[in-house]
Amino acid sequence: MGKSVSIQSIEAYKIDSAESLVLLRETLLADQNKTVKLVNVCCGSGCMSSGSEQVREAFISGIKGLELEDEIKVKKTGCHGFCERGPIVVVGPENIFYQHVTKEDVPEIISETLLEDRVVKRLLYEDPVTGQKCFHENDIPFYKKQKRIVLKNCGNIDPTSIEDYIKVDGFQAFAKILSQMAPEGVIEEIKLSGLRGRGGAGFPTGIKWETARNVSSEEKYIICNGDEGDPGAFMDRSVMEGDPYSVIEGMMIAGYAIGASQGIIYVRAEYPLAVHHLSTAIARATDMGLLGHNIMGRGFDFVIKVVKGAGAFVCGEETALIASIEGKSGRPKPKPPFPAIQGLWGKPTVINNVETLANVSRIILNGHEWYSQIGTATDKGTKIFSLVGKVRNVGLVEVEMGTTLREIIFDIGGGIQGGKDFKAVQTGGPSGGCIPEELLDLPVGYESLAKAGSIIGSGGMLVMDEDTCIVNIARYFLDFARNESCGQCTPCRLGTKQMFNILQDITRGKGRPGDIEILLELSDAVKQGSLCGLGMTVPNPVLSTIRYFRKEYEEHILEGRCRALVCRALIFYRIKDYRCKACMKCLHACPVDAIVGAKWQVHEIDQSKCIKCGTCMEVCPKRFNAVECVTGKIENSGDKGE
Amino acid sequence: MDMNTEKLNKILAVFQGERGGLISILQRVQEEFGYLPEPALSLIADFLHLPQSQVFSVATFYDNFYLTRRGDHLISVCQGTACHVLGARDILETAENCLEIKTGQTTPDYKYSLERVACLGSCALAPVVLVDNEVHSKMTPRKVKQLLTEDIDDRKIQA
Ligand SMILES: Cc1cc2nc3c(=O)[nH]c(=O)nc-3n(C[C@H](O)[C@H](O)[C@H](O)COP(=O)(O)O)c2cc1C
Ligand code: SF4
Ligand code: SF4
Ligand code: SF4
Ligand code: FES
Ligand code: FES
Repeated sequence: MGKSVSIQSIEAYKIDSAESLVLLRETLLADQNKTVKLVNVCCGSGCMSSGSEQVREAFISGIKGLELEDEIKVKKTGCHGFCERGPIVVVGPENIFYQHVTKEDVPEIISETLLEDRVVKRLLYEDPVTGQKCFHENDIPFYKKQKRIVLKNCGNIDPTSIEDYIKVDGFQAFAKILSQMAPEGVIEEIKLSGLRGRGGAGFPTGIKWETARNVSSEEKYIICNGDEGDPGAFMDRSVMEGDPYSVIEGMMIAGYAIGASQGIIYVRAEYPLAVHHLSTAIARATDMGLLGHNIMGRGFDFVIKVVKGAGAFVCGEETALIASIEGKSGRPKPKPPFPAIQGLWGKPTVINNVETLANVSRIILNGHEWYSQIGTATDKGTKIFSLVGKVRNVGLVEVEMGTTLREIIFDIGGGIQGGKDFKAVQTGGPSGGCIPEELLDLPVGYESLAKAGSIIGSGGMLVMDEDTCIVNIARYFLDFARNESCGQCTPCRLGTKQMFNILQDITRGKGRPGDIEILLELSDAVKQGSLCGLGMTVPNPVLSTIRYFRKEYEEHILEGRCRALVCRALIFYRIKDYRCKACMKCLHACPVDAIVGAKWQVHEIDQSKCIKCGTCMEVCPKRFNAVECVTGKIENSGDKGE
Repeated sequence: MDMNTEKLNKILAVFQGERGGLISILQRVQEEFGYLPEPALSLIADFLHLPQSQVFSVATFYDNFYLTRRGDHLISVCQGTACHVLGARDILETAENCLEIKTGQTTPDYKYSLERVACLGSCALAPVVLVDNEVHSKMTPRKVKQLLTEDIDDRKIQA
């Protein structure tokens, strides 16, 4: 076909056929081989907040100072999922993985690693168990048991560079369907793969697409749900920020399959970098001719726009999300009609989650046989979990379906922080439940977690140790639920409030016998009388904690005890007179002057003044260790805080 | 505060003919004025040929819209699950004490507003506080005190 592309003219290059995509990819790959060394600086929002932008600037100016710009390239990448270790820098060609890099470390990395091929050992990750230093990402236990399909590009490519995406097979799946597959064939492929929605409900993606395909309409829509409402989950954020083109390509494929020519990405307002990267990526793809009219000369039209949310959790629910895009208050509507039949502006609309859509190009490119081998007989593929809380390695982990909770928390997560004991793991956020230690060998899957009273949900995974109060956690989620209920259904609006009040009372030492039974009844009423998934699921955190940790509720109610020493009304601080050395440290530190004492005089806490802030315990010198925190009914505890 | 009608009309012109633009318009107007002044809401309603009550009800439904003037700096303390189990409540209380306002309020000199937010997506760095657009990670009550007692405007100039 005689067309050629020079690396200088890429800015203006148009992809107008499948061949021109192949040609561009080959040119880019040939050019890549010429680059000697690469410095990848993570510029996901986690690492940015730890200063990665300054690190990147230090590399650029350091390399410029040595006039090595042609030999060493500095690249921005997205999140590696290990943000807690950020800023993360990966130095090629050996891909040495450096963590906690500061701008002060940059000259040493340049002179040692980039110029002399020597590793700066102090910046390597050290395995806390074996004490071994890890040179590469894959040597780190956190990554070893992961299977990164959706996250394969995150952390490896420049998120907004379409060239980078094309080099890692970007748009190949889309080119494949345009030239080789009918829309029905695409749907069949997704159905056979077994892909289910990753946004919470786990609905089979292929069937949803087929439903929308079968409605004849001039106008159809693909909506990407990037609202990520689960407070404590951030996988969708990382994917939108770190690999926006994969989301876009997934939408293009979905659009082709159902016959839609318009796509909308609805992004949570709290994610400005995601909005920025997605918008840049859309503009770039449009420039190149990958979005717009008659894409690749195949007569398929598709455009995408980004819409920002305005801060309402319930807008993650699909009918509420549609109302919000239409400019209305985000209140859920009864289903049917399902959006696939009657959605945005009354037209057939497929709503898929970010992670679901990011799976699509992988499936098309490698085939459903490949995909359905991953996972278990019932649950295919992988799931990304946001592993947070009291676990040693916090971050995003992508594992094969069927991996056990124990493997995730102990092998990947490295177990509990600070040598404490594991208590429970909460999955699925406000709609999910708490799973106790006895069930840690449960393989993750839609049905297996549901049987245990929880859900996979969007993939939040909150690890709790002995210092976490189970009742406090239930109270926390109900507080969230009552604030986020849209108020349409009385049982949801009033029931969540009432449940919250009871839980609040229990944590404040005002629990009454019978409260547990009332909570169970209310849970049932809220579940039964609610229109949308919010009301139907928000009692789960309460139900599951009562099911597995009823004893802790009873301790709060009957004995006024909070064994985790969290509920302030049930604990008090006191000074052990036989240990106090009268050093006066606590006396000076107490913010409310609740400590009585003097030089040579054993100190004492005036319980009527104490606000239970714990400062005295913190400041009392370790060798004296004179302050203790205890729980149980005492006479003068008063009513301070929760 | 008087609202600049000319500025508002300029914003509205961009949305001419766009379907369902109400929320995007409110977002743009708030970006410009810092909050949604009441006269703006009526003008927006006229522009979209919607009843004022509908515009008002949308503006109050979503947490991110404010109908009163906000402080120059917005302090958002994350209360998501990851932050919660690592002490986010103490962080919020410390912020309330330092600024001498309750959550949701603005200091009398209109310098700071204090908000809670459900999750900032930086859960691996919990607890997290957002000051304007800057994420502060792994916060402690002591760090919050430091952050809020030094003058933010001075800090910006130094940085
Ligand atoms: C209260 C509520 C909140 C939800 N929040 C989200 C969300 O933040 N992100 C998401 O993808 N799905 C969310 N969902 C699920 C969506 O309604 C919808 O099922 C999903 O986006 C479909 O995509 P999927 O099939 O790819 O999972 C929520 C559902 C409910 C009931
Ligand atoms: S269940 Fe709750 S959130 Fe859902 S529609 Fe009813 S009131 Fe609104
Ligand atoms: S817990 Fe806090 S308020 Fe109570 S005595 Fe100790 S320092 Fe003072
Ligand atoms: S800090 Fe400890 S040792 Fe010192 S006065 Fe207080 S309780 Fe006693
Ligand atoms: S942002 Fe750098 S690892 Fe997550
Ligand atoms: S829970 Fe605080 S950032 Fe996610």
